[in-house]
Amino acid sequence: MYVYDQYDQKIVDERVAQYRDQTDRFLAGKITEEEFRPLRLQNGLYVQRLAPMLRIAVPYGLLNSKQLRKLAQITRNYDKGYAHISTRQNVQLNWPQLSDVPDILAELATVQMHAIQTSGNCIRNTTTDQFAGVAGDELEDPRPYCEIIRQWSTLHPEFAFLPRKFKIAVCGSDQDRAAIHHHDIGIELVADSLGEIGFKILVGGGLGRTPMIGSVVCEWLDKKHLLTYLEAILRVYNKHGRRDNKFKARIKILVNAMGVEAFREAVEHEWQATKDGPTTLTDEEMIRAREFFDAPDYQVVDGDVARIELDEHCARDRIFGNWVKRNTQVHRVPGYRIVTVSLKATGFAPGDVTAEQLELLAELSDKYAFGEVRSTHQQNLVLADVQTSRLYALWQQLQVAGLATPNIGYLTDIICCPGGDYCSLANAKSLPVAEAIQSRFDDLDYVYDLGPIELNISGCMNACGHHHIGHIGVLGVDKKGQEYYQVCLGGSQSKDASIGNILGPSFKQEDMPDVIDNILSTYVTLREEEESFLETYRRVGIDPFKARVYVQAD
Amino acid sequence: MSRLIKQGHITDDTWLPVNVDIIQPAPGQICNLEQWLQLADRNGSAVQLEPGQEPAPLFDFVEQIQLVVIHFPVFTDGRGFSYARDLRERGYRGELRAAGHFIRDQLTYLQRCGFDAFQMAEESGLEEAVASLRDFSEHYQAAIDQPLPLFRRRTQNKH
Repeated sequence: MYVYDQYDQKIVDERVAQYRDQTDRFLAGKITEEEFRPLRLQNGLYVQRLAPMLRIAVPYGLLNSKQLRKLAQITRNYDKGYAHISTRQNVQLNWPQLSDVPDILAELATVQMHAIQTSGNCIRNTTTDQFAGVAGDELEDPRPYCEIIRQWSTLHPEFAFLPRKFKIAVCGSDQDRAAIHHHDIGIELVADSLGEIGFKILVGGGLGRTPMIGSVVCEWLDKKHLLTYLEAILRVYNKHGRRDNKFKARIKILVNAMGVEAFREAVEHEWQATKDGPTTLTDEEMIRAREFFDAPDYQVVDGDVARIELDEHCARDRIFGNWVKRNTQVHRVPGYRIVTVSLKATGFAPGDVTAEQLELLAELSDKYAFGEVRSTHQQNLVLADVQTSRLYALWQQLQVAGLATPNIGYLTDIICCPGGDYCSLANAKSLPVAEAIQSRFDDLDYVYDLGPIELNISGCMNACGHHHIGHIGVLGVDKKGQEYYQVCLGGSQSKDASIGNILGPSFKQEDMPDVIDNILSTYVTLREEEESFLETYRRVGIDPFKARVYVQAD
Repeated sequence: MSRLIKQGHITDDTWLPVNVDIIQPAPGQICNLEQWLQLADRNGSAVQLEPGQEPAPLFDFVEQIQLVVIHFPVFTDGRGFSYARDLRERGYRGELRAAGHFIRDQLTYLQRCGFDAFQMAEESGLEEAVASLRDFSEHYQAAIDQPLPLFRRRTQNKH
């Protein structure tokens, strides 16, 4: 994990001091609401329906146990004793006081954390694969490059007042777990024909009102050019992105309007000014960045023996076995598994985690996982390096704390924004819909039989719940002052990226569990052999689903 | 006469602001881009750019121009930050002034992008605003005020 030196610490400390002064001036009436708005947003502070919301940056989803303990303490001292994991791997507090935020930021700075650029029209937190460094299908660990991008984008003087927000995601594996096709810039580590690893750069993906899949702007970029090339893209966007209409201001609209060829030419042109200049990455810097993500001190274990022992244990205790099957994954090192801690227990808002749970996870990570925890864009947490022989002990403690719901990747592992209960942008509530669906489908055998299904719920067009790319997506809409829900089917956030199609007219909140039930039974009726929901949908199209859902509704 | 921050100090403006009614601006007068493009002699000239007016037409005259003003009608329109860097990266060394409705909390960023003069629509807070130029003493990125990114300086300092 990256560790601050005196430079990083100084920058973050000076940022805290700057924001404290800005808050003081705002509270003293020396800054207008309008002027203060981008200042607070770029320090993570939204003004929400019930209270401000503070979004704390978790760079590419990596946290250590000390940081978890600090977060727990902050939620107790300044909030209501819980935090929320966002769909961009960040941590959100729902009840802080505006005047407390400088103190909260100062607390965060003591554990090398901040809330810089977690909101506002600037470059946001860079996200990546939650299994980076431990996944078996990885070409190269993306995190060193995420850290390089984090530093470059932090307080970048030229790009703090962009036309709109700007999100970058990086992936280094065969399966895309970072949704790079749906980011303003998606970066993938790829090998050229000679086997040399560089970056493929996608531009103009995004969700929101106009969902789009990113276009390839560069097939293979020498690693050393990463930052100058990104800077060229941002400069084209900063100069030419639309500023007259905030709904048309994202880079996807610009790329679409120019055409990817013309956009690429514009980037190449801008690039000439800085290419091979001082911002060109040095080998030394890339080595330095990589050293922070070196593999931890794994025990050398006989993988076969470990597997047999685990299998036996799973057979002896079926509940444990089921959890291992659903919530843990193959690790690239023999004798280890990746554990996903489910924050999707029925009755709790998806992605919420209490102070006690945070502290327990800090303790468990110290004991079982090298003191490291990761946040995922599916709003769960991950202990990435657990020895198989210690899974049972870990599971027992997770279970007691309500953190072992065996549903990772299944229907009830719902991705959901805070919605109308908290967010002032929302058209509709999203949490009650998630809970109603989780309650309806509480029969785990049925849920497992359905196979992997991603169900995403957003309370409005801003699409924080990424509804367009869920296999089943639910969007809260406002219909003459009433909360309604539109359903789309067939989205995917993987390398076979696709955007869901709208099923038809929207539904009332109380009908949503039935609607989902009808969609799922249509799939169960039509599926062939081992076909997943998405595969069946792609084969049969939307019509059979439509027929079933709307006939039932009539 | 309006006041501005220049090289970190508050000083009086010696230039005449843009006047669209003048057909042939005299020396000492800031031109808008249209007027400036008509000038026969651009030695010692001053030109003001609006958002949407990229500085490319100025690139061949960076040695001759004495003042470039980049206007910020609203502080949230960040195009001027890129225009400033464009000009400095193409070798412009004259005065580069931000003018208009930007706020003091943007001064560090503006300075980093190459601005060395700041003419704020609201002049009353100039004395206090100067302090914001010193909000940060360290930066990650290369910019006009610091041509080396931190990663190159980190290694230098280690040796």
